[in-house]
Amino acid sequence: MQRSFLQRFSIVGLYLWGFRISVLLIVLWGSFGTFQAGCPSVFTLCAFKSRYSADVWLDLLVYGLSQGSVYALIALGYTMVYGILRMINFAHGDVFMAGAYTAYYLAAAFGRAGFLNRHPLLSLAAVLALAMITAMSIALVLERVAYRPLRRAPRLIPLISAIGASFFIEYAFRGFFGSGFQAYPEWQIFKGEWAIAGVGILRTQAVVIVAAVALMVVLYGFVMRTKTGTAMRAVSEDLEVASLMGIDVDRVIVITFGIGGAAAGAAGVLYALVFKQVHFFMGFFPGIKAFTAAVLGGIGNIPGAMLGGVFLGIFESMGPILILEGLRVPGIYPTGIPAPYQLKDVIAFTMLVMVLIFRPSGILGERLATKKA
Amino acid sequence: MKHVKLPIALMVALLLVAAPYFVARAPAATVGPVTDRIGVVKINKGQPITIAYWLVIAGPDASLGVDSRRGIEIAIDDKKTVAGFSVKLIGEDSGCNAEGGVTAATKLAANKAIVAAIGSNCSSEALPGAPILWKAGLVTVSPSNTAVSLTAPNRGPDYGGYLRTAHSDSVQGKVAAEFAFKVLKTKKLATIHDGSPYAEQLANVAADVFSRLAGAGSVVAREAISPTDTDMRPVLTKIAAAKPDLIFYPVFIAAGGFITRQAKEVAGLEKVKLMSADGTFSPDFYKAGGDAVVGVYHTSPDLAALAARAGGTYKAFLTKHQKKYGEKPLSAFHAHAYDAAMMIFTAIEKVGKKDAQGNLYIGRNALRDALFATKNFKGMTGNLTCSEFGDCADPVIAVYISNSSDPAKWNPGVEPKKIYP
Repeated sequence: MQRSFLQRFSIVGLYLWGFRISVLLIVLWGSFGTFQAGCPSVFTLCAFKSRYSADVWLDLLVYGLSQGSVYALIALGYTMVYGILRMINFAHGDVFMAGAYTAYYLAAAFGRAGFLNRHPLLSLAAVLALAMITAMSIALVLERVAYRPLRRAPRLIPLISAIGASFFIEYAFRGFFGSGFQAYPEWQIFKGEWAIAGVGILRTQAVVIVAAVALMVVLYGFVMRTKTGTAMRAVSEDLEVASLMGIDVDRVIVITFGIGGAAAGAAGVLYALVFKQVHFFMGFFPGIKAFTAAVLGGIGNIPGAMLGGVFLGIFESMGPILILEGLRVPGIYPTGIPAPYQLKDVIAFTMLVMVLIFRPSGILGERLATKKA
Repeated sequence: MKHVKLPIALMVALLLVAAPYFVARAPAATVGPVTDRIGVVKINKGQPITIAYWLVIAGPDASLGVDSRRGIEIAIDDKKTVAGFSVKLIGEDSGCNAEGGVTAATKLAANKAIVAAIGSNCSSEALPGAPILWKAGLVTVSPSNTAVSLTAPNRGPDYGGYLRTAHSDSVQGKVAAEFAFKVLKTKKLATIHDGSPYAEQLANVAADVFSRLAGAGSVVAREAISPTDTDMRPVLTKIAAAKPDLIFYPVFIAAGGFITRQAKEVAGLEKVKLMSADGTFSPDFYKAGGDAVVGVYHTSPDLAALAARAGGTYKAFLTKHQKKYGEKPLSAFHAHAYDAAMMIFTAIEKVGKKDAQGNLYIGRNALRDALFATKNFKGMTGNLTCSEFGDCADPVIAVYISNSSDPAKWNPGVEPKKIYP
């Protein structure tokens, strides 16, 4: 029975629409303000001629892409585990830390021996391999010890277990490697810039973007094209039916955790390549951001996680200038919101809210059986 | 039924009578020979006097807290006994953020055996933490909080038990701005802070003094980040658009390292000069910043001038430090921590009273008053006299430049080299 428009009309609906429109207006007004700053008339748009040139925007885009691809790699682990077990693995950020921190010792040893600059690619591969193996092993132990015994328990219980596991990993590493931080050595060939199509891109960032994209393509191929990948998708569709069809559910879950852990370990090294510092608590914030990215892209969806990560990275790097600086409030902030980068996280999470109020299941939605949701 | 009710009624009455015994003591207390407005600590003969620190001893800023803790430990070694009692040092990590400060202060406040506290390191911890301690009657002396507002005249009664031996940033910010203007001949200054009270107030003092010296419009960017940010390139790109000559970023080690490294990678900032402050004055900053720290300026307490003033005690301190820990001090505030501990010990000796059995009684408010009454205290960081708002420092600030990026070469005065005044 079709209800008329007036019957569907409600106060809550009206409020939600009002909210959507006002957030959209603020974003548009801010962006317009930034692009139009310094222009002779309010009605001319002189983007790229004003305070920030096209090069600045391009730089910001690249920074966002490289930060975003690290988020995307971590987000893969969240989204895959969620797709199969309907559980948020909050210890995933610490798996990322474990990989990066352990591999630091290999990188530092290579650095002291001079191996790092004699065989840069070989040493990078070795460091990556160690980080991936460490992170994978920790993810597997985590699954065996903290999650498998609770598989039949109510949904909240593995979540609490995950938070406990997160603390355990953090403080175990604090015990192993000390409470201070360590600085990754520098690969000489990754210093400076490469000019790609006339645009200078920092070498570390180019490496991170390329490596992340390659890893994601491999992963996507694995899930979509192989037998194991098909089994994974079947389990995520319906765990019980999949097991009745002869799929070894335990094996699939172990593989999922292993792959997610390896991706996080690789993300750890790529992160350390760009930012250099590692410490026992470094996984917390990237973990939260990657979780946000997974939700943004549509949790449970692998391309969604990649897209969400990249979007989040770009929002963070461009959002503050684009939206906040142009928000000129006469009388209070005549030149836009001051020090906008302090509010980087606000922008990132506002964007999350924006996406979720227009598309509650994330950018690419959730491709899962509705009965499990 | 009737004969059950009577015992119950009696029991309730008994509990009501006994209740005051279980609830917290009323503010004014008399224990042994001491009466005090807010409470008395009794230390039995043979037991130690408990002093607690709340410092950042874990995470990227651990060097700051470990450095202060070592200052306290050496003070305890030097002092041996206070009023005939040994000293026991306990402590909590305060994490260099407001949440950590609240957690540490709440834990200390719950421990009635603590006589006085030393801390915190970061002003962001002290702002919410100091009132929690003072509500529990605990006086605290900070060796390294420098935010102006902590000892400002309008700080309010909540901070009644808070003192510091560190300088206020009204002094440090002025030195930074004067150095930038007079020595570096800076025309355009940019500042970055991380939203913490220390960084924000220091960056603002420096920017305000600089714009008075160099004229309106000379501070071209006042930016901010959050302390957990890692990617500083976007904010640095924004700053580059304003074309500054010098960036002053009084933040902590992790963020300071990111800014130092990434500034070299941002188009337009290759030639810009960088200046940081005492929050990053540590060999750990060399580790965090790598080769990019070469050429970075720092403002920090002038330990050499302090050493000259203290007449040899600082040299002896360094020898003890080397012997006890096998390395040079990790940050800039060990001497301030040493003085904070010594000030507390002196005050305890002044107000502590013993009974016939030899037990020691310390009135909490009396201890607070004795600390605030500190005058011409011959400390390692100068002659300390506490103002009515808890400012005890006798500050000398210098500017240093890094010529190396090797943490092992860290030796303030030589590397980084003192260049001003």
